[in-house]
Amino acid sequence: MIPAAFDYVRAHSAQEAISLLSEYGDEAKLLAGGHSLLPMMKLRLAVPTVLIDIGRVDDLSYVRDQGDHLAIGALTKHGFLETNALLNSECPILAHVASKVGDPQVRHRGTIGGSLAHSDSASDLPAAVLALGGTIVAQGPNGVREISSTDFFTGYFESSLAEDEMLTEIRVPKSPGANWNYQKFNRRAQDWAIVGVAAVRVGNSTNVSLVNMGSTPIRAEAVEAALKAGVNAEEAALHAADDTEPPTDLNASPEYRAHLARVLTKRALQASGL
Amino acid sequence: MALRGTSVRRREDEPLLRGLGNYVAGIHLQNAAQVYYLVSTIAHAEILSIEIADALQAPGVIDVVLNKDLDIGPYPSGNPIFDDAMIRPLLADHKVRYVGEPIAAVVAETIAQAMDAAELIEIDFRSRPVIIDPEKALSSSTLLFDGANEGNIVCRMQAEGLEADFSSCEVISEVRTVNNRLAPAPIETRVAAAEWHADGRLYCYNSGQGPHPVRSAIAKILNLQEEQVRVISRDVGGSFGAKARPFPEEVLLGWLARRIGRPVKWVPPRSDDMVGLGHGRGQIQYCKIGGSREGNITTYQLHIVQESGAYPAGGAGLPSNARAMLTGCYEIPSVGFSSVSVVTNTTPTGAYRGAGRPEAAAAIERAVDAFARDINMDPAEVRRKNFLQPHEFPLVTPTGSPYDSGEYEATLDAALEASEYEKLRIEQQRRIQSGTEPYLGIGLASYVERTAGAGRAEYGALELLPGGQLLARTGSSPYGQGHHTSWAMLISDQTGVPMNEIKVVHGDTDEVPQGAITGGSRSVQLAGAAIWEASSGLVEQAKKIAAELLEASTEDITLDTSSGRFHVVGTPAVDVGWAAVSDYLESATAGPRLLHSEEIFESEGPTFPFGTHIAVVEIDRETGFTKLIRMFACDDAGIILNPLLADGQVHGGLAQGAAQALMEEFRYDPDGNPLTTNFGDYPVISATELPFFDRIVLETPTHINPLGAKGIGESGTVGSTPAIQNAVIDALSHLGIRHIDMPCTPEKVWTLINQHH
Repeated sequence: MIPAAFDYVRAHSAQEAISLLSEYGDEAKLLAGGHSLLPMMKLRLAVPTVLIDIGRVDDLSYVRDQGDHLAIGALTKHGFLETNALLNSECPILAHVASKVGDPQVRHRGTIGGSLAHSDSASDLPAAVLALGGTIVAQGPNGVREISSTDFFTGYFESSLAEDEMLTEIRVPKSPGANWNYQKFNRRAQDWAIVGVAAVRVGNSTNVSLVNMGSTPIRAEAVEAALKAGVNAEEAALHAADDTEPPTDLNASPEYRAHLARVLTKRALQASGL
Repeated sequence: MALRGTSVRRREDEPLLRGLGNYVAGIHLQNAAQVYYLVSTIAHAEILSIEIADALQAPGVIDVVLNKDLDIGPYPSGNPIFDDAMIRPLLADHKVRYVGEPIAAVVAETIAQAMDAAELIEIDFRSRPVIIDPEKALSSSTLLFDGANEGNIVCRMQAEGLEADFSSCEVISEVRTVNNRLAPAPIETRVAAAEWHADGRLYCYNSGQGPHPVRSAIAKILNLQEEQVRVISRDVGGSFGAKARPFPEEVLLGWLARRIGRPVKWVPPRSDDMVGLGHGRGQIQYCKIGGSREGNITTYQLHIVQESGAYPAGGAGLPSNARAMLTGCYEIPSVGFSSVSVVTNTTPTGAYRGAGRPEAAAAIERAVDAFARDINMDPAEVRRKNFLQPHEFPLVTPTGSPYDSGEYEATLDAALEASEYEKLRIEQQRRIQSGTEPYLGIGLASYVERTAGAGRAEYGALELLPGGQLLARTGSSPYGQGHHTSWAMLISDQTGVPMNEIKVVHGDTDEVPQGAITGGSRSVQLAGAAIWEASSGLVEQAKKIAAELLEASTEDITLDTSSGRFHVVGTPAVDVGWAAVSDYLESATAGPRLLHSEEIFESEGPTFPFGTHIAVVEIDRETGFTKLIRMFACDDAGIILNPLLADGQVHGGLAQGAAQALMEEFRYDPDGNPLTTNFGDYPVISATELPFFDRIVLETPTHINPLGAKGIGESGTVGSTPAIQNAVIDALSHLGIRHIDMPCTPEKVWTLINQHH
């Protein structure tokens, strides 16, 4: 299909993008890699009247060592993350999860900031950042603020970004020696996860997050609590679907999703050495 | 050395891969307008009113056309046995009967303007009850058509004079199996264009399976003489049978072009094509099979409920192909067949890779497996006990198919050996005992199928060009099969002219005098045979000229096909080539003469390729996920012209079989809304979901054509689909699971495992 008519402006810096956002308000959408937004526009499920193209704001594409954490530019592409040496050594789960997004063409265009801002509960990277306890940096007309990943995802395709804010950076703790695992259950390699589970274990603490088990990516808090209380992986995993409202679609009923969450959580925990 | 039988690489690939393909969407037509069809978003409704005023005022809009504006139509019935009351209008008249039915043609300067204008058309519908389930449609009081003879029933078929007698059977097995509805989804949608020329002729650019039948359809509906219409199909991005006939939207373009006085082009978006292009399969099959406890099958009966979709098209007639291939590879004395085709509020069904033959194979191969299970015998052994034997050929089956040649048991043996079947069975037991490892399933299907079953004749011609090059014209037009390579191989073998000096022309009714569709795996054995014989004829003509040049008698002239040079028998040192023959003709005192050889090859009947496929699957016992880990395909399609191209055909067919068995299903909600209209929701299979294929090639020649060739275009699909379905059921049968309908999705398998634990 062909999208409804829209105006197109290119921003050359984050600053410019933010002032354009202020100017156009809720009629505008930021265009990064376009691999979520453009298909929705072609199906006319999204009908923004202005697209602000930030795809060429090159200074937001990076992975930097910031001492205790890594800083990742919002416009860093999945393919870049997949092969980046620093990320692979200091936070390998994120590089791995990036390699599981879509297909090579998608990974060549899609960006981590775009994926998080899109806030699709079925996407891989939001859940990975959530499991890592990452921080999202947003820039608006009044400056920069940091948002914990646990506060970032607020609803179905909704985040806590304000209309005039742009996601500029993602910060994740360095975890070079951590045990981790990502279970992605889908029918075709290029598909979204029917259910996904990310587990990150640092020291005695284990974070678990779930993909496509609700309206947002979520932490499996009941599993984490069970583990903290000393329960083994298999028993803790039985709580993976507690307090979730898994969606229904062509691939899975809520009951099946709940079952998959339990099975995949068990596998992710066991693969993380629990 | 002969090229036949060697893996010559496809010479059409380089330009296609470099983006030099000549597709309809890329053809520039001066001053062309764009057409967009507004299609129904409601499955079943009366149209009370249509308001187009706003659309007509929209920017760039040239015209908006509704059914009431047409002075042509309806679309003629494709089959005399269909109920005449169910004939399809070119655009919806007072009713819409499925989501995707075209209602209005919007013509604008750009496609975006046409789409925007279409959104401004206001239609007042009065919705009617919707029928999606074909079995409910059989007896529903909701009727799609007024005045039909038997409610929603399009037609019934039987096997005249045959009745299955189960009275002497020790064991009877029954299976109800759904052959799931599929979207053919070729890469190129039904793109088309039309342009009137100053001489009063209509040029139609078409992405189909052959221009001549398209010309006939367009001429008939537009009330034109066939000579007034030129249909051109250059490169075509796939079809799988679905584009065998032009759709109403394509036919209308010529009428629209005349109305607005400009060329028009139509490039349907994928989402529209997913509900507009005919769907494949869509059968509910009731199989009943019986025999002795020792495994001798004596009786088989099949009843089919065929989904026709909202209007009977190719699909409604497909049970006749299933009837022809009813008994498969087996000698079964007592058989019966019946079918009923029925309309529902869904996209009309049509041909899809195999068109009724895969459905027949799926039914009997599923039934044989169920029977084997019930008598506790290995499914390979049951097949072996019941195969038709080589000495019985040629033969005519109970439902009238004239099988030409067959070595069915040889393909079973070869596939069993290649797969190390016994070891697989041992491993299967070990997995079950392990308690945690994935279940292993081993599925068999031995198939025979019918190729070149419709349209026995095909055209081929060859002429000598100045300089000694050759030009071939073929009535069969490719959409991925590789005719340019295959035909040049055949011509080169006959004439000794190198392939790069042979040009093949296809897909143009002005350039080729006659032709039929490329479909039913007919091309090599009919069009290839025509080209082969036309080449032979050209050589005989050239010998006469060579005889004049060499001052010898024609009978003494021979052609060295390795060099492409003619000489007198016994004196090869003195010779002339094709260029010399051409030069001589060009300089003839009476004016240039042309060497031209034309052949219409007509076969005495179809051919029947066969084989055995063995699928090996692993099933995750916790999630129900099925992974196809090995796929062994032993296929015998007679003499293979180009093994590389045959591999390509089989690999694609195996992939589509795996897709039907494990992945694909076109789905509707109860209100008739299609749920799988894009490639996110409709899971077309990809290489990552498939194993490396193991091929075993056997070559039992047929006597039906001079090449000894049978068709190989669809066999991959025919065998693999039931083999993989049988493998999934085989993996779970120790739990007491007897049947799973395709596609064997993770949730479906998980649910069944749960129920049986």
